[in-house]
Amino acid sequence: MQIPASFDYVRAADVDNAIALLERHGPEARVIAGGHSLLPMMKLRLARPEWVIDINDLTELDFLVREGDVLRIGAMTRHTALLESAEVARLFPIVTDAERVIADPVVRNRGTIGGSLCQADPAEDLSTVCNVLAAQVIIRGAGGERVLSMPEFHQGPYETAVAQTELLCEIRFPVRPRSGSAYEKVERRVGDWAVAAAGAAVSLAENGTISHASVGLTAVGLEGTVSEAADILAGQQPSEELFAEAGRAAAAACDPMADQRGPVDYKRHLADELTRRVLRRACSRAAKTQEG
Amino acid sequence: MQISMTVNGEEVTRDIEPRVLLVHFIREVLGLTGTHWGCDTSNCGTCVVLMDGQPVKSCTVLAVMAAGHEIRTVEGLASGGALDPVQQGFIEEHGLQCGFCTPGMMLTARALLDRNPHPDDGEIRQAISGQICRCTGYATIVRSIQWAASHPAAGEPADGQQPAGAAAESTEVTT
Repeated sequence: MQIPASFDYVRAADVDNAIALLERHGPEARVIAGGHSLLPMMKLRLARPEWVIDINDLTELDFLVREGDVLRIGAMTRHTALLESAEVARLFPIVTDAERVIADPVVRNRGTIGGSLCQADPAEDLSTVCNVLAAQVIIRGAGGERVLSMPEFHQGPYETAVAQTELLCEIRFPVRPRSGSAYEKVERRVGDWAVAAAGAAVSLAENGTISHASVGLTAVGLEGTVSEAADILAGQQPSEELFAEAGRAAAAACDPMADQRGPVDYKRHLADELTRRVLRRACSRAAKTQEG
Repeated sequence: MQISMTVNGEEVTRDIEPRVLLVHFIREVLGLTGTHWGCDTSNCGTCVVLMDGQPVKSCTVLAVMAAGHEIRTVEGLASGGALDPVQQGFIEEHGLQCGFCTPGMMLTARALLDRNPHPDDGEIRQAISGQICRCTGYATIVRSIQWAASHPAAGEPADGQQPAGAAAESTEVTT
């Protein structure tokens, strides 16, 4: 039987209260949202917080709002809500693609986008999605609000820029006209972590060439996006040859590790093939999209 | 600490340690052993209960986090001596062999049918994809849930509307 070590529990009433509780209870306090990353670690005693601050009552962080050229997503938005949002599917199909393969429907009822990003697992899908979409994250502390880019936020495996007394509150995706995006993952079985996954977002110019492209990879040792692939794609007409070239660049840029999910050459092969597939799908979706 | 929650329609109040998981609270503190405890890693789904109507894996929820919420376990499926159509479906279509996954499967089925009274096989398989049948009896589980869908209890919607997310979840065909 896996039981966490003893801790004290308190429920935060709102964001300010959560921050005050984090300040009061010091460095051994942890915030719990969906609990599907923290609780397994606590059960294995890999995490032993003295205080657990429950932020599930923070309904103010559970929202999906389009404001002009930005989609604002509250950090407490559950995976299920993201998967079922028609607006998200229309504007950012990469999010819907990824959510469909994150864990399983029951886990998705609890897990949140904020929790996934803060866990910062190197095989976590939404970090790649946020990188590809050039998301901004909003972090709040007693001193006020900070707006960070994903490279500023995501500092490495299991490490983010969120300080002990701060809370990730919101994620913002910029809406671009004539854009499409896609995500694809290879997993050993349904609901598993990725062996490898790729995400892409593209915008098309009036003449059909790629005006902006972004490619990201999951679980293959590459932080951020693949700038080599973006450079290859910029200004070009979408084609199978172009996607193949970008795929080869992505495979060369990543640095996978051999583990129980597969050897290095297999993961590189996946990085190449999955990059081609998501670019093909993102371009096809962008061509069908008229408005942002 | 003292917590209160509604379990199968009844308010319960108990004094527990914050580290007690919901599955153990239900089984050991309340004595409702119909909820099973399996992998302990949120993979197998035998511990699924409904929290405010939504299936959750109770091995990965703290009992204190469920305070103030409504929990429904397999013991709460039948009402007034009448089996829930899902339970009857599992009988009619032989939806269980060893029975270990059955409580969780039936609760997920109930939640699915509450949202989507006429799911197709793909929607049913998707809904139960976080739960493992050790006997690999998925075909009969799907048939059992289909039986329940075609035999709604009195007062249940016979033809509901598509849930809000149905469109977003349908598989997109791209070239």
